[in-house]
Order: sequence, then structure tokens, then C-alpha cells
Amino acid sequence: MASLRQIAFYGKGGIGKSTTSQNTLAGLTEMGQKILIVGCDPKADSTRLILHAKAQDTILSLAAEAGSVEDLELEDVLKVGFGDIKCVESGGPEPGVGCAGRGVITAINFLEENGAYDDVDYVSYDVLGDVVCGGFAMPIRENKAQEIYIVMSGEMMAMYAANNISKGILKYANSGGVRLGGLVCNERKTDKEYDLAESLAGKLGTKLIHFVPRDNIVQHAELRRMTVVEYAPESKQAGEYRTLAHKVHNNAGNGTIPTPITMDELEDLLMEHGIMPTIDETQVGKKAVEA
Amino acid sequence: MAQNADNVLDHFDLFRGPEYQEMLANKKAKFEHGHDPAEVERVREWLKTEEYQEKNFAREALTVNPAKACQPLGAVFVAVGFNGAIPFVHGSQGCVAYYRSHFSRHFKEPTSCVSSSMTEDAAVFGGLNNMIDGLANTYSMYKPKMIVVSTTCMAEVIGDDLNAFIKTAKEKGSVPADFDVPFSHTPAFVGSHITGYDNAMKGVLEHFWDGKAGTAEKSTPVKNGSINFLGGFDGYTVGNLREIKRIFNEMGVKYTIVGDNSDVWDTPTDGEFRMYDGGTTIEEVTNAVHASATISMQEYCTEKTLPFIADHGQEVAAFNHPISVKATDKFLMTVAKLAGVEIPASLEKERGRLVDAIADSSAHIHGKKFAIYGDPDLCYGLAEFLLELGAEPTTVLATNGNKRWEEKMKALFASSPFGKDCQVYSQKDLWHLRSLLFTRPVDFLIGNTYGKYLERDTNTPLIRIGFPIFDRHHKHRYPVWGYQGGLNVLVTILDKIFDTIDANTMIAGKTDYSFDIIR
Repeated sequence: MASLRQIAFYGKGGIGKSTTSQNTLAGLTEMGQKILIVGCDPKADSTRLILHAKAQDTILSLAAEAGSVEDLELEDVLKVGFGDIKCVESGGPEPGVGCAGRGVITAINFLEENGAYDDVDYVSYDVLGDVVCGGFAMPIRENKAQEIYIVMSGEMMAMYAANNISKGILKYANSGGVRLGGLVCNERKTDKEYDLAESLAGKLGTKLIHFVPRDNIVQHAELRRMTVVEYAPESKQAGEYRTLAHKVHNNAGNGTIPTPITMDELEDLLMEHGIMPTIDETQVGKKAVEA
Repeated sequence: MAQNADNVLDHFDLFRGPEYQEMLANKKAKFEHGHDPAEVERVREWLKTEEYQEKNFAREALTVNPAKACQPLGAVFVAVGFNGAIPFVHGSQGCVAYYRSHFSRHFKEPTSCVSSSMTEDAAVFGGLNNMIDGLANTYSMYKPKMIVVSTTCMAEVIGDDLNAFIKTAKEKGSVPADFDVPFSHTPAFVGSHITGYDNAMKGVLEHFWDGKAGTAEKSTPVKNGSINFLGGFDGYTVGNLREIKRIFNEMGVKYTIVGDNSDVWDTPTDGEFRMYDGGTTIEEVTNAVHASATISMQEYCTEKTLPFIADHGQEVAAFNHPISVKATDKFLMTVAKLAGVEIPASLEKERGRLVDAIADSSAHIHGKKFAIYGDPDLCYGLAEFLLELGAEPTTVLATNGNKRWEEKMKALFASSPFGKDCQVYSQKDLWHLRSLLFTRPVDFLIGNTYGKYLERDTNTPLIRIGFPIFDRHHKHRYPVWGYQGGLNVLVTILDKIFDTIDANTMIAGKTDYSFDIIR
């Protein structure tokens, strides 16, 4: 067995992280890789397409029932889905109470202590939204993910999030081994999306590892709670995910320490590509009727 | 000689025996790998310099021995002052163990306090279930008349909402719907124990005066000529509150001590365990809204509570831990005015006795330099007293002092010729004070038990006044307020002055020409 490869997917909420990661991992299993997915999102939907169902038995919901996480067994929380991919979901509190970040820490510690990482080639973390607190940076910490893949698009806020996540990675990169593996652009058909993604990758000191074109077949597969790789293995889109899987697989050790940019630089980038008109400072803060 | 049953040695004798001395020497030589003693000595000397002090005061990211505790400690202090009340701290158990042991070490009495015992799952999911079960258990096991809830860091970081939690717990039947559960948020990482006192006191008053968290009518104040008294966080609460009651009774003042913990921290040994003893009753605190005025003995312990009370139409007056004759005069005159009573001749006599005592001992205390550290009000009260005695409180430090306090201290110094060389330091710790004791030497240090390390390191005699005092017993039984309290403080200071003179003059044939019988 080769040494354990740990990767993580981050990105703005709703950008298609879970879809992209599950399709990519489905592609990886076809290459004979044994995979464990760790969903780090209280919504517990990071493994839905692999399991064909939303995982009900999250680590934290079972821990709450049992009284303590020490009372859990690994089998209780580990489910096996498409391509023998092992799936666990951390779960977390209801919106508005408790601390979801602490939940991620608890869940990952439980998995490590109970040998969930033995006998797999890949561990993939799927983390919600932004790196809002220390708990959601857990997968970035030392001896966790070696490479982080940021899923983004040509939308301003997705790029902003990608930059923020890079800042999070940078905090841990100097003291630990975590690296930015690259950007994955999930096409939203915004203007000059490919060029923008390329230049942002350049600015962040990384590369655009793959540009995933938009294809409605992804939706069709999602409705059946399946990955495209499983639903329509011959489709062009399945091929795209396989390509991404290959690129990720061959990207081991090629990660970089990110060089996040300022908000101003990010705006400059959009202006350079003509997405945003050059800002006339006299117009900032004026309503449409005043302009 | 090793330990044996016929002659049991205490540790300080036992470890001086040859076998222990040899063992300790071996440990040092073989295992400790310490620095060269000459280097240790060089650094020790360097720590005394102005150069080091400059670096010490440039410290930003490190605090060494802060002279303060955390908010929930102050909340527990408040809670035990109510009749039949049990403090309930929402958070993990270790925090509560600390509050209980901290008070018990000082007052030498048990301090009953419960925890909602939050663990990892509560940190993730929120502590609602802990509140529900905790209130139910507390209610059925300890039969309190009320439960006073505060919070620790853990509950605050995850944002637990006490108001909603307590309401839900009542709906689930943990305690009856009309059972009193006043609460306050007391994040331990904000402020200090005096902030916690303030928040908890305000929480209790809000509960009883402002409609019990939306479950009852708000009280409409009807002036009844009574005076409320708030002591603030005070290590001398047992002696002080009893003295205040004596003074008020002597004056004929109608009063309510709000948060009277003088009995619960001084229960008699007569065969009966008293989990609760004395304290302000629910009726008293409810009716306290009708008082004409409220007096706070410690301004910086009631920065939010007093304005809250003033908003209920009462006159309020804040003092800074009055000890001096002048400060006690002002305190008593204010009480007399607010309560519409005269100061009786008996108190005037006590005043005269304190002035007489000060005059008798003036020669020994006049011109002596002091460093003081402690809570802001205590520091102020002590400095004011020393200035009155003609002594110089040249260094005054409060870790939990704020900007307003600093300004007030400066104004105090400016008001006296003895304040000329006096400096105030807020937000500084005992390691800063260590530097100051080297660069601005004083004759005596006034502080709590932790000051004994400074006494050892800087050779400055320590006068123990403050909280906590763990290594001397029963000091909390003696008041430091009122003229009687001023006398106690004077005697405490004088005792150390005379002990120090004796210690410096007791070598026979060398220094004993001043080893006098009469001082």
C-alpha cells in the first residue's frame, strides 16, 4: 500500500464542492484507489451521491444519542457506497446552537483514533463554505490533508472565497506540510471565466488544475442521487471528472504555498479582464438614480 | 533522620534531613542540567535593572501572574449572598471546582456551587440539555430557594443563550415555572471577577425588579425610605458586612444588604451542616426596588449595576472601598443624608479613637513608602488612607483597573503633598510589579497572598491585605470598613512595621542597640 494521501475540497457555499468532489473521487475509484470521504458539514450531504442517500447516522448525532463520542464504534458511522468508497459524515448541531467547528474536530479525532484511516489510499475531506473558524481548518492542520483543492467559478464572491481559503492555508503552510493543490473551476458561464480562473490561480501562486464545463447531465444524475461517473459512465462529463481525477492523482507533492492577494488586487484582476469597469471613485456609494 | 511514627516531622523539617538533602543535590547535579550558577546569578541581577524593566513593560503577548480572577468567581460571590440560593455555573466542571476551592481556601468554609457539567458533545450541540438536567438535579437534590445562573468560557464561546435555555428548561419541568432562576452572562475571558460581580448583581436585580424575564409584572418603585447597600467583591465580606450592619443599626438606618454572604462564609461548628445560611431573602431583594437610595462600597464593582438602579428612580452613591477617616466620614455623612438620620455620638467617639490611634503611631508610619496592588477600589481606599497617614503609596497597581480608575488615582495623588512621587499602573501584572519593586524600592508591599513571592524575590516586607489570603487565617473576620475597620488596617500595617524593625535589630552585640522594648 502506498502511503496515505489526504486531500480536502474547500470553496464558497453552493459552488458545487460536494458534486465535484464526489464525481472526482468516483473517478479515482475506477483507477483502483481505496477512498474514505469525510464530510465536514453539519448538513451532512457530502456523501449523498456516493451512498444514493443522505447519511442519517452522522458521528455527532450518534454520539449525542450514545451520550459521548467514546461510546461509538466505527462501524456505526462508516457506510460503503459506489466503488466501495467509505463514507462518514461528521454532522453537527442544528442551525443557531452549539459549535459546528468543534464538531468537526471531535469527528476527525474520533476517526483517527478508531482506525478509519487504515487500509485506504485516499482520505478526502469535504468542508463547508469558508474557513470561518479553527474547527473548519481542522483538515488543514499538520498531518491532515497534504493538498487543498479549491472549487470556484468566475463569480466575484467565489473568487473572493477562494482567496480567503488561501489565507487560511497560508496560516498553516509555513508551520506544517499543507499545500494548495490547485483551483478547480466549476463553470458558471460567466464572462471570460476560464481566463479569470487562470489569472487568479497565477496570482495565488497555484494553477487551475481543471476547468469543469457546465453540463446539465450533472443535474440529471443529482436527481437520482448519483455521480455522473456512475449514472452515465460513457458521457462526456464523466470523462471530464475522470480527467480531473487523473490530474489530482498525479498532482501529489506538487502543491504550493499560496500567495493570497488583497481585496483591491482582486478587484484589479476583474478590471484587467474587463469584467468590472474601471472604478470611477466619484461614483462609489452612489445610487442608480444619482448617477 | 527519616520519618517515623514516634516523631512525625513536618515537611519543612523532614526535607532538611541529610538523606533528602543528598537526594535533592543528586537530582540537581545529575538530572536537572541547569545553567551555570554564575549565569543564573548574572541574569538574576539583570532582572533588577532599569534596562530589563523597559523590556518588561514593552511586553505585549504575555501576562505573568495577573492580579485578577475571572468573571464567574464574582458571580458565585454574589449568588451565595442570597438566602437559600445556590450558584449554578453553566459550563464545564473544572471551572466550578476552581471557584469553590478558591473561596474555601480564603474563607476556610465550604462554598456550595453546582455546574452544568458540559462535555464535548455539549460543546458541539450547545448546552441546552445540560441546563435542563442540571436545573432539575439542583432543584431536587439541594432544595434551594433560588438558583443563580452564570456562565464559563465554554458556554460563551459557543453562544449559549441563558434566557432561552432557562425558559425551555422550565417548560420541560426542570423547576416550577414560578421558581426564581436569575441569570447573567459572565464570559470569563472578559474583564475580571469584579466585572462578574457587577453582571451577576445586575442580573439578580433585573430578575426581581424587571418582571422575571418577561414572566411577571415589572415592579413600580414606591419609595419606602430604606437604603440598599452593595459591598462589591470583598475578601473581608464577613467582617465588613457585620460591621456595616452594626453601624447602620447604631445610626437607626432602615437598610437592606443586597447580597449578604457574611453568614454563609462563617457558619458555626455546632453539629449542623448549613449549606445555606443567612443571606438576603427573596422578599428583601424584591422590595429593594422601593428603597430611596443605593450605596455601593466599590464603584468599579458596580459600574453597570448602579446606573441600572438609578434608572429605577433611586439616588445612588459610589465609594472606593473607604478606609481613611476622611473617606469614612464621607460615607457616613452620605448615609445619614440619604436615610435622613443623624450620626450618633457613639460613632463620633469611634472616629476620635481612630484619630487618636493614628496620632499615637504617626512617627512610625509617616514618610514610609508603600507599593499596593489589588482590586481597583481596594487600591484606592488603601492609598487614600496611607496619604492621610502621611505615608507615600508610591506604586499602585491593579491588573483589572481601567482608564477611569487610573485618572481617579492620579487625581488622588495630586490632592496630597505625599502623592508627589506616586505612580499608578493599570492593566499590569505582578511581574511588572517585580521590576518596579527593584527600580522604585519601597519600605512595604501591600497585597494578597501571591505577594509573598515578591516579598521573597525583592526582600520587601509584605502586608497581607486583599483577596485571596490563603496563608494567614481568619483575617476575613475583621472589618476594614468603618472607623473600626480603619483601626484594623492601621494595626495590620503597624504590626508589620514593628516586626520588621525588630527583625533588623536583633543581632546581639551588633544591631541590638535599637532592639527596644518600647516602640
